[in-house]
Amino acid sequence: MPDLLIELFSEEIPARMQKRASEDLQRLITNGLVEAGLTYAGAAAFATPRRLTLALEGLTAESPTLREERKGPRTDAPDKALEGFLRATGLTKDQLEARADKKGEVWFATIERPGRPAAEIVAEVLETTIRNFPWPKSMRWGAGSLRWVRPLHSILCILSDEAGVTTVPLDIDGITSGDTTRGHRFLAPDAFTVTSFDDYTAKLKRAFVVLSPTERADHIWADATSTAFAQGLEVVEDPGLLAEVAGLVEWPVVLMGAIDDDFLELPPEVLQTSMKEHQKFFSVRNPKSGRIEKFVTVANTTTPDDGATILAGNQKVLSARLSDAKFFWENDLRVAKSGMQPWHDALATVTFHNKLGTQADRIARIAALATDIAPRVSADPEGAARAALLAKADLSSEMVYEFPELQGVMGRYYVAAAGHDADIAAVAEDHYAPLGPSDDVPSKPLSIAVALADKLDTLTGFWAIDEKPTGSKDPFALRRAALGVIRLVLENDLRLRLDTYFDKALLRHKAALNKDEADAADLQAVEDLINEIAERGVFGAALRTVQETLREKNGDDAAKSTLLDELATVVPDKSADLLAFFHDRLKVYLRDRGIRHDVIDACLAMPASDDLAQLVKRANALTATLATEDGQNLIQGFRRANNILTQAEEKDGVEYSYGADVKFAETDEERALFAALDSAEAAIGPAMEAEDFTAAMHAMAGLRAPIDAFFETVQVNAESEVLRRNRLNLLHRIRETCGSVADLTRLEE
Amino acid sequence: MTGTLDKPTCFQDVILRLQSYWARQGCAALQPYDLEVGAGTFHPATTLRALGSTPWAAAYVQPSRRPTDGRYGENPNRLQHYYQYQVIIKPSPPDLQDLYLGSLRAIGIDMALHDIRFVEDDWESPTLGAWGLGWEVWCDGMEVSQFTYFQQVGGHDCRPVSGELTYGLERLAMYVLGVDHVMDMPFNDPGAPIPLTYGDIFRQTEQEYSRWNFDIADTAILLQHFEDAEAECARILDAPALDPKTGKTIIMAHPAYDQCIKASHLFNLLDARGVISPTERQAYIGRVRTLAKRCADAFVQTPAGNAA
Repeated sequence: MPDLLIELFSEEIPARMQKRASEDLQRLITNGLVEAGLTYAGAAAFATPRRLTLALEGLTAESPTLREERKGPRTDAPDKALEGFLRATGLTKDQLEARADKKGEVWFATIERPGRPAAEIVAEVLETTIRNFPWPKSMRWGAGSLRWVRPLHSILCILSDEAGVTTVPLDIDGITSGDTTRGHRFLAPDAFTVTSFDDYTAKLKRAFVVLSPTERADHIWADATSTAFAQGLEVVEDPGLLAEVAGLVEWPVVLMGAIDDDFLELPPEVLQTSMKEHQKFFSVRNPKSGRIEKFVTVANTTTPDDGATILAGNQKVLSARLSDAKFFWENDLRVAKSGMQPWHDALATVTFHNKLGTQADRIARIAALATDIAPRVSADPEGAARAALLAKADLSSEMVYEFPELQGVMGRYYVAAAGHDADIAAVAEDHYAPLGPSDDVPSKPLSIAVALADKLDTLTGFWAIDEKPTGSKDPFALRRAALGVIRLVLENDLRLRLDTYFDKALLRHKAALNKDEADAADLQAVEDLINEIAERGVFGAALRTVQETLREKNGDDAAKSTLLDELATVVPDKSADLLAFFHDRLKVYLRDRGIRHDVIDACLAMPASDDLAQLVKRANALTATLATEDGQNLIQGFRRANNILTQAEEKDGVEYSYGADVKFAETDEERALFAALDSAEAAIGPAMEAEDFTAAMHAMAGLRAPIDAFFETVQVNAESEVLRRNRLNLLHRIRETCGSVADLTRLEE
Repeated sequence: MTGTLDKPTCFQDVILRLQSYWARQGCAALQPYDLEVGAGTFHPATTLRALGSTPWAAAYVQPSRRPTDGRYGENPNRLQHYYQYQVIIKPSPPDLQDLYLGSLRAIGIDMALHDIRFVEDDWESPTLGAWGLGWEVWCDGMEVSQFTYFQQVGGHDCRPVSGELTYGLERLAMYVLGVDHVMDMPFNDPGAPIPLTYGDIFRQTEQEYSRWNFDIADTAILLQHFEDAEAECARILDAPALDPKTGKTIIMAHPAYDQCIKASHLFNLLDARGVISPTERQAYIGRVRTLAKRCADAFVQTPAGNAA
């Protein structure tokens, strides 16, 4: 069984594309070979800046012969039918076989597809793979029409077994396959022949190329950490940077250099970002001081001066870069210490979104919303407003213009430099969080208030202008914002009615969107409505109050506020739609945490489903109950009760909700169920009051035995109409009692 | 290359070596274009000649102006007026990377001592409606050149593809000569009877232009010039191809493209004066791109653009 080795040698492949490309190469080639009838024992793919390599072990030498039998027309069918069959099978009449079939004698053809040698199949599959390779971006070069990520120079493609090596012949747009490759661009540029994968990797290593990206990364990390350790320092971990750097070199050589004293006072985040973004340097930290004092760069070559020239060059570039950073830092600090006014002014000229106003407009809205939220999260409303107004000031700073990824981090430094408390300064950094699903969630009250306000303003804003995410398109990262709100609420166990904030924020957006067309009275009415919602919490009640006041003031005719009338329908619709979006995100979030989607649906059907923390408490309690045997059986009993009751109600056209009376109970089991319901209800009432859903579910689970016993012994549809009605009313009590935590009818069987 | 590499002595030495190296590789050693441009790519020898199938090889220095980069001559490596060295070869030869590395050797960079890297950097010019894939070339962590395979120019697919090399001459020369501040860099031979530094020649002009670019340039006039250039470009291209005087077909792609270049530079000046808001920016860039595309459309109708 031969081994196959393929190497596609090109000009430098972008580091970020290498891993995916080697995986794609393996997938496309192996799929193609298997589809053509070959099998293989093992596969491994590699990438360096200049090559994609695939090694297959134990490939079958040829594809198997395939035999296929096809049934043709009857032997007495017209000649036309037989001719067609011969054409379709590519056979002649004497190659057919006549056999008896149910309907008489029929022609059968046996078509044989002979196996093909592996080399032929490999050549075809490789050509198809190269011509259709899924590069994220590809290009043409010279006068050719072939596309590759950068010009493709050579193709190595060999099959090797005990008998020897054969080159798989291939010619793609003038690039012919061979059994040679080249080493390092500068250290070993000459071509050499290769006889097997082992021979290939060994010769590459002698030619200053480490084929495996993992081996390069491991080498870099080991060398970097031990070099740092020798000086009592530690390398700041950065797996993304490590992978990228490993994709920029074929022969990694780690060099450590010092950062000029002039720059050591820069915030560590600035040093780290500048070095990483511009130079792809690792930061080296002094564990005693926590400061970043040195850097590690990875060269792609060894030199007679042990990298001295390279290191000096890199240091020089770093100094130029850090001079810029220091210049920004000092300028920014001056602005911060003088109160940041120029930054605030600048934000008034920067558009956030052409319909949603400037950054300054947005910040004002966030501050208003943060003030609303603050009392609910134990934050000082005034502090929340102040923190919100400062939190995005750094967006105008020079440092953030240069390094957008430092937004927030710089804000924390600058707000502190402007003389504010650490808690206020922390908001600048915290209010963006959480960004990723594994990011920490802010836990300080001020940070929570502004983080929620920031995300809710964004969500309601884009809902107000109908820019919701669709399918895979979510250009404003609204799903991430909603998940951020969900995590802020749940991980801090916040008790919030989101509806109220949706309504108020939507109204603020709508007022802003209409500010040019609407008259002052209209806008005032919206403002009044926002304040009424703050007072009453409920949109409908607040709307009626405002309309009432308008009517009293202006009389019936003049009470018409067209804007208010429009918003009266639009805002509740949008608010409900946004809540549904949250519920979808919540389902995804909880599903990942092992909560069944039907359990969530059952809880969503209950009131106050915009109180996410309560919703999740319900879901947790129900999930825990369902995990017990009593719980499972309770659900069965509930279902049975509910089904009988529903059928009876449909049949009779009435609702059986009149109190069942124990005096009509005939059996002990029936009386026991009455008693059990009495005590369960007595326990559930206070538990629900205290939102102790676990206790409520526990009390419900206690009904399991009495319900089972009842159904075993009692005929609900008794002949006596009195007894039947009483028992149906009793079932109604089961339905009511069991429905207090969640709508159990929504659970799947 | 064999033997020790001799180092250049001054800025002009770097330029002369590049010029003679690329001339030896068969490029036409062209001269700078006589209009203000933001980069060597704007020279019609690149922008227009990258279109069509006629083989082309040219190399030239191009003085370039980026008004917003002015620092009154004080920043060690930022200038509002600087030089680019530009090489364009169509179709891109298979050994273009090696040819490029040869040019670094020619200016005294020893591959045995330095770390040369090709780092992904895709090039796009929204104003020219052009893009390509390639790298920025690093020497010891410093970007010394831009290396691009043109895929599209003026909205037209490049067939064949041109290979384009752009060297930032000041930065490259400072590195090779070991100079830390651009103004301290020897321009001519330091041993010459009258040695001149870069600062002797450009410090004062950097100051003058920085002031003019940022504070003095009359924005109303610039705006008018922009509109004029835009209108003239369109007018030139709208003229019938047949010249009644000579009886010949003369499509005036180059004069029209001059107006496009002017519009682009006027936009840069307006930008430096801070009178263009972020939203307007896109609109201005779009207007210049429209001109560039029309010029490209016209050029491919001309003999140099391989009109059938």
